[in-house]
Amino acid sequence: MIRTTLAALLSHWLRSPLQLVMLLTGLALATALWSGVQALNAEARAAYATAEGLLADGGTAHLEHPSGQIAPAQFVALRRAGWPVSPVLEGRAQIGAARVTLLGIDPFSAPAAAGPALAASDLGGFFGGLGYAHPQTLQDIGAADMSLRPAQAVPVGVVLADIATVQALLQADGQITRLALSGPLPPTAPPLVALAPNLRLVAPGEGADLAGLTDSFHLNLTAFGLLAFAVGLFIVHSAVGLAFEQRRAMFRTLRALGLPLRHLTACLAAEMAVFALFAGALGLGLGYALAAALLPDVALTLRGLYGAPVPGALQFDPLWALAGMGMTLAGTALAGGQALWRLWHMPALAPAQPRAWALASQAALRGQGLAGLGFAAGAVGLWAMGSGLVAGFGLLACVLLAAALAVPMLLSLALRMSERLARGPVAQWFWADSRQSLPRLSLAMMALMLALSANIGVGTMVASFRATFITWLDLRLVAEVNVLPRSQSEALALQEFLTPRAQAVLPMQRVDATLAGQPAQIYAMKDHATFRDNWPLIAPVPDVWNRLAAGDGVLVNEQLYRRAGLQPGASWLDVPGLGALPVLGAYPDYGNPLAQAVLGQEIFARAYPETPIRQFAIRTADAPALIDALQDEFGLPLGQITDQAQAKALSLAIFERTFLITGALNILTLAVAALALFAALSTLAGMRLVQLAPLWALGLTPRQLAGLELARALVLGALVMVLALPVGLALAQVLLAVINVQAFGWRLPLQAFPADWARLGLWAMLAVLAAAALPALRLWRQGPQALLRVFALER
Amino acid sequence: MSALELEHVSKSFDSAEGRVQVLRDLSLRLEAGQSLALTGESGSGKSTLLHIAAGLEQADQGRVLVAGQEIGALGEAGRAALRRGHVGLVFQQFNLIPSLNVAANLAFQARLSGREDRAHIRDLAAALGLEGLLQRYPEQLSGGQQQRVAIGRCLAARPALVLADEPTGNLDEATGERVLDLMLGLTRAEGVALLLVTHSPRLAARCDGRAHLRAGVLASALDGAP
Repeated sequence: MIRTTLAALLSHWLRSPLQLVMLLTGLALATALWSGVQALNAEARAAYATAEGLLADGGTAHLEHPSGQIAPAQFVALRRAGWPVSPVLEGRAQIGAARVTLLGIDPFSAPAAAGPALAASDLGGFFGGLGYAHPQTLQDIGAADMSLRPAQAVPVGVVLADIATVQALLQADGQITRLALSGPLPPTAPPLVALAPNLRLVAPGEGADLAGLTDSFHLNLTAFGLLAFAVGLFIVHSAVGLAFEQRRAMFRTLRALGLPLRHLTACLAAEMAVFALFAGALGLGLGYALAAALLPDVALTLRGLYGAPVPGALQFDPLWALAGMGMTLAGTALAGGQALWRLWHMPALAPAQPRAWALASQAALRGQGLAGLGFAAGAVGLWAMGSGLVAGFGLLACVLLAAALAVPMLLSLALRMSERLARGPVAQWFWADSRQSLPRLSLAMMALMLALSANIGVGTMVASFRATFITWLDLRLVAEVNVLPRSQSEALALQEFLTPRAQAVLPMQRVDATLAGQPAQIYAMKDHATFRDNWPLIAPVPDVWNRLAAGDGVLVNEQLYRRAGLQPGASWLDVPGLGALPVLGAYPDYGNPLAQAVLGQEIFARAYPETPIRQFAIRTADAPALIDALQDEFGLPLGQITDQAQAKALSLAIFERTFLITGALNILTLAVAALALFAALSTLAGMRLVQLAPLWALGLTPRQLAGLELARALVLGALVMVLALPVGLALAQVLLAVINVQAFGWRLPLQAFPADWARLGLWAMLAVLAAAALPALRLWRQGPQALLRVFALER
Repeated sequence: MSALELEHVSKSFDSAEGRVQVLRDLSLRLEAGQSLALTGESGSGKSTLLHIAAGLEQADQGRVLVAGQEIGALGEAGRAALRRGHVGLVFQQFNLIPSLNVAANLAFQARLSGREDRAHIRDLAAALGLEGLLQRYPEQLSGGQQQRVAIGRCLAARPALVLADEPTGNLDEATGERVLDLMLGLTRAEGVALLLVTHSPRLAARCDGRAHLRAGVLASALDGAP
C-alpha cells in the first residue's frame, strides 16, 4: 500500500519536473548559503583556537610591561624567586616574500601546548634555527634564508622558532615581549610587586581574545546566512504549497479508495524527507564550494581587521555536514509542515479545486497584516528598550518580518487602487487579475521584499560607512610618510636624522593597558597642527587641544566613549599610572576593535618613561626625496616605509574586503529571491492557462497575453521595490545606529545613495524579467494550442 | 452575407492511434437571426467545428467565413480581432473572468470591442435576472447564474454570431431550460445567428434548425437547416 501510495504521490513530480527542480533548488540553495556561512565561521573559530593553543596563552596568565618589553634581568629575578615564567618574544619581520609574525619561545619552560610540543619533536633542529609555520604561510614565504617546516598547529602568518633565533632575526638581542606563566605559583613565591613592580599580571582571557573580538563579524555572517536560508525556504514553502494544491484531487481520490489518512500523511512526510536529504547533500556540496570560494577574502578581512590568523583553505568537517543536514531537515519540516497539517485536517471529500478565492480572502490578508503589525510593535519595543547585539539583530528580524508580512496587504491595496483608476477593460482585468493572483505569488513577493530591503539596508550602510571612512581617512592620514623603526636605537637615530629634514616628525608611542575594564591601548600625541587641524572630534570640550597638550585630560576613541558611556567634560577615566583624568573628547577610530585613549606627549612620557617609539608620522613637502634619503642612510626596506597613498590604499583595501562577503551574500540572496519568483511563476503558468484562455477566446492574442503576464510580474516587482526602499532605509538606520554601535562601537550618519538604489531597482527588474520571461515566452510560443487545450479539457 | 459559412472544411489531428480525421468536407451556412443545433456523439467533431468557426483552430482544408470575412486569410491577431468584434462564445464551464465582478464581466467583451452600450448592458442584465448580482464575483454565483452572465457577456458586444458549446451541460435540467430560453429569446430579438452544440435532442428541437455530426460528416440536416 505504501509503495503504491508513494508511486502515486511521486507521479505528480514526474509530470511536473520543473516544480521538482525548483523545490530541490530552493532547498539546496538554502542549505548551501547557510552551511557555507557556517563553514566559514567554523574555519575561523578553529583558527582562533589554533592561535590560542600554540602557547596556551588564552588559558594561562602572563606578565607584561606597559612598554611591551621586559628586561632579561627581571626574567632571571623572577625565575630565581620561583616564579614559573617562560620568555616569549614576538615581532614582525620579512621572511622570504611574506611579512610574518615571529614568535620566539623557550621550549623547556613554556607552558605545555602545541608550540613546545612541536619544538620537542626535533629539539636539535629547533635550537639550530629551525622554524615551524602553517603550510599556507610557507607558500606565501616561498624561498627563505631560514629553515622552515610545515605545521598545522601554527596559525597562518606566524613563524614559531626558538627565542634566540627570533632575537637574532629581529635584531632584538636579549629582548622579551612577555613572560608566560607555565604553571601555578608556588605558595612560597614572593609577590610580583616586590620582584618587578612595573610588570603587570594579565589574567587568562583578559587580553583581546580573537574569538571575542571577532564575534560580531561572525554574528553578521550568521545573520546573513539565516536570511538567505529563510529566503530559500520561501521557495520550498511555495513549491510544497503549490504541489499540495495541485494534488488535492489525488488526495481525495486516494482516501476515497481506502487509504488511511495516517498513511497518506506519513507518505507525504517521507517524500519531503527524501527530497530534503537529496537537496541537503547537494546544498552541502554547494555550500562547501561557496565557503571555499569566499574563505580567502574572509581570511584577509579577519587578518586585516582583527589580526586574526585564518588560513585561506577550507578543511572538511563531518560535524559541519551533519549540522547542515539537520538544518535542511528542520527547514523542510518548517516549510512543508503547513501542507501536512492541512492534509491532516482535510475532510475526505474536500473540494478538489484549488482554493483560489479562499487564499485571496480579506481575512487571510488581515491575519497576515496583524502578524506584521505585531512584529512592527516588537521592533518599536526593541528600538526603545532593547540593548546588546542580540537585541539589535532581534530588531532587524522584526523589521524584516513585519515588512515581509505586510507586503501582500500593501500590494493588494495598491492593486485595488490601480483597478479603480483603470479605464480600459484590459487594464481593469489586468489589475483585478493581478490582485487575485497575489496570494499565489505572495511568498515569492515576500522573498523578493526580504532580499531587496536587505540589499538596500546593507548597501546603504556600507556606502554610508565608506563615504564616512574615506573622509575620515583623508583627515587621519595627513602625514606624507610613515616609518617603522626596527629597534629603539634605530628609532632614536631616525628621529635625529629626520628632525632637520622634515616639516614635522611625529613619533608614535603606545602602551597596552586596561581602560574602563576593557583591553585598551594608550597612545602619546605630540602637540601639532597635524592633529589640531585634521582630527575630527565627537563632543569635544572647549580648548580641547591645549588641555590635552597640557596633560589636563585624555581623548578616547569612539568605541571606548560609547561602550563605557563616557561624557566629555563630565566623565573621568582611570588611566594606569596617572589616576583619574577628565575625558576631553572622543575621536572616530573605524576598524579598530580595541578601546583606545590618547594622552599629551609629556604626561605620557612621565607615566611610561621607557616606552619605545613604534612609528614616525612625517610631514614633508618632498616625500619621494625623503624616502630615498631614508633608504640610503638606514638601508630601510620598503616594508618599513609607507607613504600616504600606500596607507590609504591599504586601509581602503581592508575596508572593501571586509564587506566583500556581505556583498556576495547580498547578490546570492537576490538571486535566490529571483529563483523563488521564477519557481512561483513557472508552477503557476499551467494554472494560469485556465484564467487566460477565456480572454484569448474573447479576442486577445497570445502575444498580448504573454506581454500582460510579463507586465504583471514587472509591476509587482516594481511595487515591491518601492515598498522595500523605506524598509531598507530603516534597516540601514538600525545597522548604523544599533548594530554597528553594539558590534564595533561606532555610530555613523545615514547617507542617501539614490544612484545605488536606482541601480539595485534596475537589477531587481532584470531579475524579475528573467524570472517571468520563460513562462511568458512559453505562453506566447505555445499560444493557441495550449489555450485551446483548456476548452478541450472541459469536455 | 451569412453570419457563418463553412465550405468543404476538413480537419484532422495526430493521436496515439495515428491520424484521426475529425471533420470531413463539411459545409454549413447560418444566417442572421437563425439558430442551429449541432448534435452528435462524443468525438464526432462538434467542438472542433465550433472552434474552427470561432477561429480558435484552423481548418486543414476549406473556407470559413464569419460575417463575410474569411478566417483562413487572417493571422492570429486578425482572428482575435474577428472574435472581439463579431463572435460571442458561450462555454460549458462558463469561463468567466474570476477576478472581475459580474458587472465588469458583462461589459468586458463589449468594452474590448469598443462597442460598450451601457443601456444595452443594463437591459441585458435585467433580462437575464442579474440586476441584484452585479457586484458579486463569479465564484459567489451558482452555475445557472454564471452561465447567464456568460450569455450576457457575449450578447453585450452585439456579435453577429454566437457559438455556444454545451451551454447547459453543467446545469440541472430546469436551470438549463431557463438558460436556453433566455439565449434563444435574446439572440432572436437581437437578430444574432446562433450555433448551439448540444447532446440533448430535446434542447436541439427548440432551435430553428438541427444538424447531426457523425464521424466528422454532417450526417443529416433537419428541417429548417441550411
